Parts: sequence; structure tokens; C-alpha cells
Amino acid sequence: MTLKPILTAEEAHAGMIDIQLPMSPMVARVEANRCLFCFDAPCIKACPTGIDVPAFIGKIASGNETGAARLILEANILGASCARICPTAVLCEGACVLKDRDEKPIEIGRLQRFATDYVSDLGISVLHPPKTRNGMRVAVVGSGPAGLGCAAQLAQLGYTVTIFERAHLPGGLNTHGVAVYKLKPEFSVNEARLVESLGVTIRCGVEVGTDVTAAELQRDFSAVFLGVGLGGGNRLHIDGEELPEVLDALSFIEQIHLSKLHDVAVGHRVIVIGGGNTAIDAATQAVRLGAKRVTMVYRRGASQMSAYDFEHALAKSDGVHFSYNAVARAVIGVDGHVVGLRLVQTREGRGGEIETIAGSEFTEPCDMILKAVGQEKRGAALLKIFPGLTVDGRGVIERDERTGATNIAHIFAGGDCANGGREVVNAVGEGKRAAFGIHSFLSGVDAVPPMQPSRIGVAGCTHGSGLHDPIRAHELERALEEALTKGSN
Amino acid sequence: MADLTSNFAGIRSPNPFWIASGPPANSAYQSHRAFDAGWGGLVWKTIGAPIVNTASRYSALNSGTTRMIGFNNIELISDRSPETNFLEIAEVKKRWPSHAVIASLMVESREEWHEYVKRAVDAGADGIELNYGCPHGMCERGMGSAVGQQPLVAERITSWVMEVATIPVIVKLTPNITDVTAAARAAKRAGANAISLINTINSITNVNLDTYVAEPTVRGMSSHGGYCGPAVKPIALNMVQCCAADREVGLPISGIGGIAGWRDAAEFMALGASTVQVCTAVMHHGFRIVEDMTDGLNTYLDSKGMRSVSELVGRGVAKIDSWQNLDLNFRRVARINYDSCIGCNLCYIACEDGAHQCIDLLAPKVVGVGIGPGRVPHKPIPKVREDDCVGCNLCSLVCPVDSCITMVEVESGADPMSWSDYQRKLAAGEIAAIPPHV
Repeated sequence: MTLKPILTAEEAHAGMIDIQLPMSPMVARVEANRCLFCFDAPCIKACPTGIDVPAFIGKIASGNETGAARLILEANILGASCARICPTAVLCEGACVLKDRDEKPIEIGRLQRFATDYVSDLGISVLHPPKTRNGMRVAVVGSGPAGLGCAAQLAQLGYTVTIFERAHLPGGLNTHGVAVYKLKPEFSVNEARLVESLGVTIRCGVEVGTDVTAAELQRDFSAVFLGVGLGGGNRLHIDGEELPEVLDALSFIEQIHLSKLHDVAVGHRVIVIGGGNTAIDAATQAVRLGAKRVTMVYRRGASQMSAYDFEHALAKSDGVHFSYNAVARAVIGVDGHVVGLRLVQTREGRGGEIETIAGSEFTEPCDMILKAVGQEKRGAALLKIFPGLTVDGRGVIERDERTGATNIAHIFAGGDCANGGREVVNAVGEGKRAAFGIHSFLSGVDAVPPMQPSRIGVAGCTHGSGLHDPIRAHELERALEEALTKGSN
Repeated sequence: MADLTSNFAGIRSPNPFWIASGPPANSAYQSHRAFDAGWGGLVWKTIGAPIVNTASRYSALNSGTTRMIGFNNIELISDRSPETNFLEIAEVKKRWPSHAVIASLMVESREEWHEYVKRAVDAGADGIELNYGCPHGMCERGMGSAVGQQPLVAERITSWVMEVATIPVIVKLTPNITDVTAAARAAKRAGANAISLINTINSITNVNLDTYVAEPTVRGMSSHGGYCGPAVKPIALNMVQCCAADREVGLPISGIGGIAGWRDAAEFMALGASTVQVCTAVMHHGFRIVEDMTDGLNTYLDSKGMRSVSELVGRGVAKIDSWQNLDLNFRRVARINYDSCIGCNLCYIACEDGAHQCIDLLAPKVVGVGIGPGRVPHKPIPKVREDDCVGCNLCSLVCPVDSCITMVEVESGADPMSWSDYQRKLAAGEIAAIPPHV
């Protein structure tokens, strides 16, 4: 049966309201006053853009919301969307020292949202284009988080920046690929406008390699930053995959962003294949658009899912069913439409590899299948446009992590196309670092991103702020476990 | 259970917790509620010739999210008629014969003082408190702190009162004076039976940054108000101890100023107060707070093996001495417990910027404490250089974890020597001068 929208406009909108509640000024002040204002705070180190978290929280506590927003946006131009979509539990909030006092960490994400909403709601401009430009032009390919992070920083350093975006709207995955209950697409587009307000030109609907050639870019611009992200969804390579109700999870999410919510067709029984955060976003949004039964199918056990625990918990609370240790064998179709998915149970072999269990095949009825088994790397496509670029075996651009420099002198890269696929905040941080890398390359001065003032004067530690060397909370936990194990030996 | 009953200069009450003269002690209705809740005594809101109050009377100092750490008011004495007040005192005494009801008075002439003292006695009050303290409204008319700030005037007025008083007289002292003991001595000389302190402090709590008018605002203007609440406790404790330690005063003391719980009360008692009076905390939370004040004080006295409040009163008075008598050879240093340290590094920055630069931030492996506090690999952690530590306490004060930084006494190897000893020895040529700090 051809898929149709299930809910009315009103019902669909009701389901997609923000899951993160904004803070009232009073609640924000109470929460801000809970902060200990650590010196050399771990939350700064855990932020890939190195936002000086205690400083902005201190400004909220003092009633200087505008200053708080400026501090956030100077460090992270997408500070407003990061406040909504960052996995704070494994970043800044995961590193909060209050956890060591057996208390709830400071709600850094919501405080950041409070400060950035404050200035956008009141129409206060906190960032301004520099008074003078240095006359040099830089091209940024892709207007996703990495591209915007790079462009904003370059603009503030005095460069004339043009962003080339093949889609019709700027923002990359923030506009096209984040669950709507976390971030509305128009919000992401407005953030791109903020970058434009710094003097950056964004040319949408222009594909590099087609509408403009790499040669033209290299002729007209002193340097090029590649922030092109990843490609389309990976294929399952099973029978029936071509049926019309089998979609990439990302294109399903994109439809939700680009059409009216009540125009998005969804199945009554939906199966989502995959165990990552995109799979969760697809499953929870299918529920919110009226699917009666949504099942996530994952080839390994629950504990091995790459989705964050809090995302997993959200899906469970949305009533999503889970079928662990199962892989898809074939899509079953009748009259050219999906009616079910043939699955087989799996177990882990001795080496950790997955093996199917003979005779354990079963069928899960469904009328829609969403694939979330990773995105294609763009290495091959990029090589066609920029011959000579070094791309690793995974199809990821090789670059210097500190400067974003690729093997080609004036080409820099960052974000998913260079890190293989991480968080939005990682992409912004990499874009920003690359901007300093480009500045260094073009000006000849050793331009390193500013160190957090709190790091100055610290003896015996080479590690810098989060921007240089972010540490994730789960990495912290692992380090602690290792330290404890070593201690007991 | 310890004995909490109190006999304060002849005024008996079931416990030493009294409602101070102020808004909570304005009526018979409130008195009934206070005694019902468990208060031992109550000093009636000051009675005098009728006055008129403004709207907008109170303002507060908040700290972070804690409301009313300080409080100020421009409210005057009772705005009810003396007849009503004395009538209600009589009614309250009838219903609560074993509780203390003290009439606070403020009038001008000798004749008026005589009249009001007699009316208080006739109403059945257990005592009289002379309000020489209000720093606003009344002083402009030669009353309140205008009296309290001039010991000779206070002495003369107190002696007028003593001419006719047949019940104990307490003189309430203002803190808006250079040396509070001068006022206390004047009370003693005039024959008063006790003193109570402190009254409120001259204050402006805050300024509205849109209108530039301070709070409380009365049609675009404000006035200097009387400051009280938890933030004034250190000032009150200091003055109470000064009066308790002064040999010429020698009067029972009722402690007032920022008392909000049994612990505050016990501290006032240790420094010489035998009863305590509470106003702001009741204005904040109601009369119910007395339950934990009595319960907590009882539990505390039991834990110390003290059978009555009198065993506590004055215990700490002699432990405050002039600075020149403190031992210069006493040494203590800060020690950080890395098991409870959470890695906030507040101790580091406080010492580095605000004190004596005796804490280093070092790599955990240099300190040898594994990954170190804060769980962040490579994150520098604080270490005290004990040889340089001057033992100032600052790091232990800013540390947000109880008992994480402790100040530990270390042997200095030298005999105790105070500044006075030092000056004497220096003059006698017995020792060389201690070299100044570099």
C-alpha cells in the first residue's frame, strides 16, 4: 500500500514540540548559582569548541545575559543549536565536578540555550563584522556546522569568505538531518544568517564540481575549506531494497524538515534498521508522526548500540520496540509494496564477529523500512573534484587535526568528511581550528586559536583547552576505570 | 533533656528564645501564636506616642539564590495606640502567665517616661526594654539611636526610668556607635538591670539601576534604613562579646542580631548572652522556627553534658583576646585530601590571586595521585607547598567539599611568643628582629 501521512497538522506539531524545555530567567539564575565556577574547569576541556563554560554561567548569574551569549557565540557560532542538540551528558555536563560530589551536574546545555535565546528573542546583535578586511578571499565548500564554524572564524579574522552549498537551504545536517523535536530547521537556517551577518556570502544551490569547478575555486580564492560532510545512506544489499517504502533514515528525516509535518508519509508498522543516533531519530519521529508500532532492528546486543544511552532511553519511553541480535535478510513485497522484513537471529563469534544462527529466521510484518546503517564516505567523489587529495582507506580526507591542513597546501578540511562522522560540535570546532590553520598559512604568522585564559600559568601540563584537545565524558570514565584497575594491580 | 528555663535579670521564661521587638511582636494575636509555637518570651513592638508609617518599608539583600541574607526597614515604632498595646499586653499576660512579656518603650520627656513605665507595670509586663536604638525616623526627633549614641543622654534617661520602675529594665543598645561598651557602661551606671544588643545598623541595601532609587522606595525616594538578618550576626557577636568581657558592664545580656537557628543562639550564649531575641528569621519563616531552636539547643547541651543553658553562657568570652597576645609561633598548613577533592581548583586560584601563592597546579603524575581528582586525564591538580603556606585558611574556606582541605597544625619548634612578648624581648635585646617576608 502506498504510504500516506497519518496525523493532522495539529497532531503532528503537538508531537514534535521541543523535548528540551527552555529555562525561565529565574530557573536559569538558580541553576547558574549552583555552578562552582571551577578554575581550569573540566567542562571547558570537554567542549570541542572550548566554550568558557564557567565564565558564561557566571555572567548569567550576574544578570549579564548578553555578555554570556557573546562569549558563547564567539567560541561557537552554532552555540544556540549546540545548546539543543549536543550530547551534553557525554561532553561538558559529563565532566562537571559536581558529579564527583554526588550531585546532578550543572545543566550547561539549557543554560547555554537560555543565554543564546535571550539575545535572539530580543534581537540583540552580539557579534559584529570586523571593521577592516585583509583583502584575501577564502572559499568554504559546504554550509554545515564545519563550514559555518570555519567561515565565521575567518570572517572575524578579516577574510572575505564565500560558502558554496549545493542544497537550497544552508545549515547542512542541522537543517536537514536532526530530529525536529530537538532543532527546528528554520532555527538552523537563522544561524546561517548569523554567519552572513559577519559578512560571509552563502551561495546555495551551487555544487562544486558541477556549477563551479575546483579549478575556478583555486583560481579565485587564496584557500579552500572542505566541509562537505558525508554522502547518502549505505545500502543493505538485500532483495527488495528497491521497493518504494524502503527509505534512507536520513532522507525520511530530511522530508520531515523540508515538507509540512502533516504531508510526511509514514507507515503504520515501521522497522528501523541500525543502532546509532540517526536510527533513534528516525524511530522516535516515526512514532511522533503516528506510526502504531516502530521496531528497531540491531545486529548486536543493546549494550553495543552506538546510540547514546539517553537516546536509547528516549526511544524506549516513546514505546519503540527493539529487536536485538538480528539482521535483515530480505524485504518481502507484495504487488510492489513492502509487507514485511525477513530477519535472522545472530550471535557473536569468538572473535567478536557476527554470525547468523541457522534456522532462526523470522518475519516481522511492516509497511515501511528505514535504513540507518551509516553514511557513505565522500572520498571517491572528492577525488574526482580535487585530484591528488589524500583520502584514507575509509574514504575520509586525511588532514592535520590541529590545523585542518590536507596534503594540498591551500586546501583544508574538517567535520564529518575529515573525521568520519562525529557530533555537530566537533565539526564546528574543527572548522574553527581550520580557520586558524588557514590564517596561519596565508598570513605566515603562527596563528593558534586562543587558549582558554584559565590554562595560562598551569605548570607541567601540555594539554590545552577543549578546542585543542577535547575529552569526552565516556573517555573520562574509561580513563578512570583504567586508573582504578591499575591501582588495584 | 537539659534545663532550658531562663531567669534573665529576674525575668523568667520557659526558654531563652524571645521574639525581638519588631513587626512579629505587634499584637496580642501574634503573641498568642508565638507562645503557642513555643517561644519563651516576647519584647513588644516599641510603644510610644502614635506615629504614622510609610507604605514600602522593607528591603532585602539576597546572595545568589539565597533570599534575605540581610534585611532593612524604615518602619517606625508601633503605629497602634498605647492604650491598645497596654490592654493587649495585659490580655497576653493573663493567658500566658509563665511566659515573659516585655514592654519596649520610647518616649521623650521625663514625665512621659514615668507615665509609660507605670502603664507597663500596671499592664503586668515582666520587664521593660528601653529602645535607644532605632536608626531611622525616631532619631530625627531626638529619640532612638539619637539617645543610644550619646552615653550621657542614655544614662540620664535610664535613670529617669529607674526612678519609677518596679520591674527589671533592659537597655537596648545601638550598634551605630564607635564603642558599644561606652553605652553599656552608661546603662550600668544608671542602674539598669540588663542590656540587649544589637539594634539595627544604618544601611542602604541596594540601588535600582533603572531609577537610581534605593529600596524601599517611597514615591521615587528612599531613606536610610535599619539593617538586620543573618549578615549582621558577626557584628552582633563582636559587640556582645565586647560587653560580656568588659568588667565595668557586668550586666546580663540578651543577644540580638541575625539569629536564625539554635547554632546561632548557642554561639551568642557562648559569648555571653543568656537569652536571645529573634525577629528577621520569624519574618522570613514564621514562629514555627522555634521548634528546632529549642530542640537543637537541647540536643546540643545534652551532647556536651551540660544540664542547663547557664553552663554554656560565657564559655567563649575569655577565648577572645587582643591580637597582640596571640602566639606568633603557632604554625598550621593546608592539606588537600585527594580522595575527596573534586578538581574544581578553586583553592588554587584563591591562593594564587587572593592570598600568598602557595599552591601549584601540577600534572597528576608529578603529584603521584593516579589520574587525580576531576576524572579528566592530564588535568592539572592543586598541591600545597607546605614550606611556603602561611596557614591563612583561604583555600579551606573556598573549598566546596566538606573536610577536603584541612588546616593541620605543624610543630614550629619554637616556644610560644606573642607580639607583646616579641616587643619586650626585642627591647631587652634577647632576640633578633624577625626578618620581613620577601
